[in-house]
Amino acid sequence: MDIGLTHYLIVAAILFTTGVAGIIINHKNIIVILMSVEIILLAVNINMVAFSVYLGDLTGQVFSLLILTVAAAEAAIGLAILVTYFRNRGSIDVDDINTMKG
Amino acid sequence: MSVAAAFFYLFSAVMIASAFMVIAARNPVHSVLFLILAFVNASGLFILLGAEFLAMILVVVYVGAVAVLFLFVVMMLDVDFAVLKKGMLQYAPVAAIIGVIVVIELALVVGGWTAKPGAAPKAASNLSNTEALGRVLYTQYAYFFQAAGMILLTAMIGAIVLTLHHKPGVKRQVIADQNARDRKEAVELKKVPSRTGI
Amino acid sequence: MYTAIVFLPLAGFLIAGIFGRQMGPRPAEVITTTFLMISALLSWVAFAQVGLGSAPATAPVLANWITSGTMKIDWALRIDTLTVVMLVVINTVSALVHLYSVGYMHEDPHRQRFFAYLSLFTFAMLMLVTADNLVQMFFGWEGVGLASYLLIGFWYEKPSANAAAIKAFVVNRVGDFGFALGIFMLFALTGSVSLDHIFAAAPGLAEKTVHVFGMDVNAMTMICLLLFMGAMGKSAQFLLHTWLPDAMEGPTPVSALIHAATMVTAGVFMVSRLSPLFETSPDALNIVIIFGATTAFFAATVGLVQNDIKRVIAYSTCSQLGYMFVACGAGAYNLAVFHLFTHAFFKALLFLGAGSVIHAMHHEQDMRRMGGLAKHIPITFWMMTIGTFALTGLPLTAGFFSKDAIIEAAFVAHRPAALYAFVMVVIAAGLTSFYSWRLVFLTFFGKERWAEDAHDAHGHDDHVHAVADDHAHDDHGHHKLEPHESPNVMLIPLYVLALGALFAGLLFKDYFIGDKMSAFWKQALFFGKDNKVLEEMHHVPAFVALVATYMMLIGLAVAVWFYIFSPDTPRKLAEQHRPLYLFFLNKWYFDELYDLIFVRPAFWLGRLFWKGGDGRIIDGLGPNGISARIDDLAGRVVKLQTGYIYHYAFAMMIGLAAIITWFMLGGVH
Repeated sequence: MDIGLTHYLIVAAILFTTGVAGIIINHKNIIVILMSVEIILLAVNINMVAFSVYLGDLTGQVFSLLILTVAAAEAAIGLAILVTYFRNRGSIDVDDINTMKG
Repeated sequence: MSVAAAFFYLFSAVMIASAFMVIAARNPVHSVLFLILAFVNASGLFILLGAEFLAMILVVVYVGAVAVLFLFVVMMLDVDFAVLKKGMLQYAPVAAIIGVIVVIELALVVGGWTAKPGAAPKAASNLSNTEALGRVLYTQYAYFFQAAGMILLTAMIGAIVLTLHHKPGVKRQVIADQNARDRKEAVELKKVPSRTGI
Repeated sequence: MYTAIVFLPLAGFLIAGIFGRQMGPRPAEVITTTFLMISALLSWVAFAQVGLGSAPATAPVLANWITSGTMKIDWALRIDTLTVVMLVVINTVSALVHLYSVGYMHEDPHRQRFFAYLSLFTFAMLMLVTADNLVQMFFGWEGVGLASYLLIGFWYEKPSANAAAIKAFVVNRVGDFGFALGIFMLFALTGSVSLDHIFAAAPGLAEKTVHVFGMDVNAMTMICLLLFMGAMGKSAQFLLHTWLPDAMEGPTPVSALIHAATMVTAGVFMVSRLSPLFETSPDALNIVIIFGATTAFFAATVGLVQNDIKRVIAYSTCSQLGYMFVACGAGAYNLAVFHLFTHAFFKALLFLGAGSVIHAMHHEQDMRRMGGLAKHIPITFWMMTIGTFALTGLPLTAGFFSKDAIIEAAFVAHRPAALYAFVMVVIAAGLTSFYSWRLVFLTFFGKERWAEDAHDAHGHDDHVHAVADDHAHDDHGHHKLEPHESPNVMLIPLYVLALGALFAGLLFKDYFIGDKMSAFWKQALFFGKDNKVLEEMHHVPAFVALVATYMMLIGLAVAVWFYIFSPDTPRKLAEQHRPLYLFFLNKWYFDELYDLIFVRPAFWLGRLFWKGGDGRIIDGLGPNGISARIDDLAGRVVKLQTGYIYHYAFAMMIGLAAIITWFMLGGVH
């Protein structure tokens, strides 16, 4: 059986769902949440590239590149915030992070 | 089953399995390592698709930078991750419902969608993927490319500003001061009489 | 010329009112007083031309005021004999009061304001009497009400003055309500508010009926009674009189100008001006005569026992206004105006004289603390005596001609209540004489009661307390009260008014009610075909013609007996008839009655609407309720904002699932 676009989309969908589930399951661990976000972005990237290839349009790959950029920036900033927060509070337990509550 | 198909299943299976391990591992260091594995497999998928450039970028950027960054953070922060695992399944019902809904819907979408017959990867032109990407990236998407650069620059400055702090009592090299020194203040000549100490 | 007469006081008001603060009291006094003097002189010229001469009645239109559909209202000056009589009265008294006030108010730091108000009042009163339509008259009517309010409350630091001002204003509203309704009804029936139109239409409406409250009422009677209600309020007639005695809280010149000579006579003027309407409704005139006679009697009885010198004169005014309405009710409008004319002189004289006494006594108003003043302030004493002669109707003085004529008119009037009115006014004449002489004797004769308790003369009575404080900074000594004659600036007005009080009746009797009547009044007043009161008046039995004089002498004799020869008698009498005495002293308990019937229920109702209606229902369900619900809701919404990152993440997930579901179910095509 030939590998078609559908296969990639299914793989991407599974990956995406895994990421979403990761956020919910590891709701206390902000590092793993960030990792789950990376997984979700990866799923999106797979979709982008698959469509790009099957439609013969490079735009998808260009945007995939941009998504990579943003994901890297986001990871860097998120981790920086995390480090700063840990330095100030001595903890990264999200249950302690609720100063924004109404 | 062709070789390509075999590799597709291999990469996909490993990727999904390692993604699952990312979210399921007890030790976050393992999570990060599984994340790296997932990215490596994803880049394999990209190569199967013919997007070599992105595959390489994925390895370089994610595996080489982001994942390592994660690893550093996880290992440097003195966090009791066991505590964080508590109540892991507290929201499992919600997660299950949402997950099921999303999966069903995605399956419906994928199942109800068929590619046009004969839709196959377009015959690659005589350009390599990297060259083709470069041709559009620096012309048509030049502004986006610049914007991406700005985003990275901002992220870099932001990360430095957030994390850099000067500990008191640490001697630092001040190059300007070093350069501004001259002989007068750097060297003191003392007449030392013979047979006596200073 | 007429424009100058009317608008000079306005100019004075504007100058003194706007620039008074900058230019200080003296220029304000000079300007307003000078303008009023000019106005008064011009008024006499107008009187000579229009009244005594043969200048035609005119109504020059000054400007258009309101044009709305068929209703067209102009500013116009209606000049006829009635108007010029009023012009003379108003401007003369007003000018004299201005002059008098220069002396009387010389210690007050807010004199500019006082003079501005006086001029404003004069202007409003002139607008009232020169009105060519009912709306302009109403404008003047409300204008004098406003000025009266401002002047009664002139010493605004005194709570009692403020209360009196509000009371005067509110009680007048009751009357004005009727007046306004009368105007509306006239407009509804005749389609015009112009006097000429209304007068032309009045005979045609005489038999017309209107359906009100399930009854068929004669339209003209209804209108006249409504209009008379306005007159009752303004002229302090029985039931709506309660504000007038309290209005004495104002400065004495104000009492003389507004609450004796001019404003309170506006009701009489109005009835006379609208005589063509009243002539069509004998029923209304009957009511008028009843109210007039009742007021004359009632106020006289109360006047008997009052101790405040100004209140005695105030009740006297009230009583004399009753006389005027008796004359109106009898159909002798010219007689009413004649009494108005003479009354203005002697009552202003009495008030200004009382002001002079009060001035001499350093703002002591209680007659029980006076006595023996005749030799200390002889000029004031003689002036007051002349005023009292005129009021009580000593032969050949002003009151003799007008008041006695009213008694005769009441006798011959063709009204069902004529006999009642006659009896009432005759008794009132005796009472008038008694209380007037009582005032003179208590004030000017007997022991010098102020000498024995002079040290606490200041600030003993509540209602003079504040005034005493007001003038505590003056240069008089406080320890030894030494009555002193008033300065010339206050005495000159007294001389002029005394002349009027002595000779106004004699000089103008023929013109107002005598042989030259029709040549004098021309078309200013209207007498119905069967209105023969004025002729029959001259053919009354001898006892009627003399009864007033007898009553005057009796009153005088009793007063002499009570207050000169046997000073203990009044006290004994008061003790013997204590309930009656208290009844009179408390003004027939009208204030208490009104407090019970109107004031308290009004407060109760107001509080009900305030607390229950506005506070609980409108605010409770409206702004406050909505804000409270929003507050509640916001309090709940705030709880959604937990501050936990994963909650926000969940929200995103749920939102994502929802959006995908929406896409799936075909929300977007």
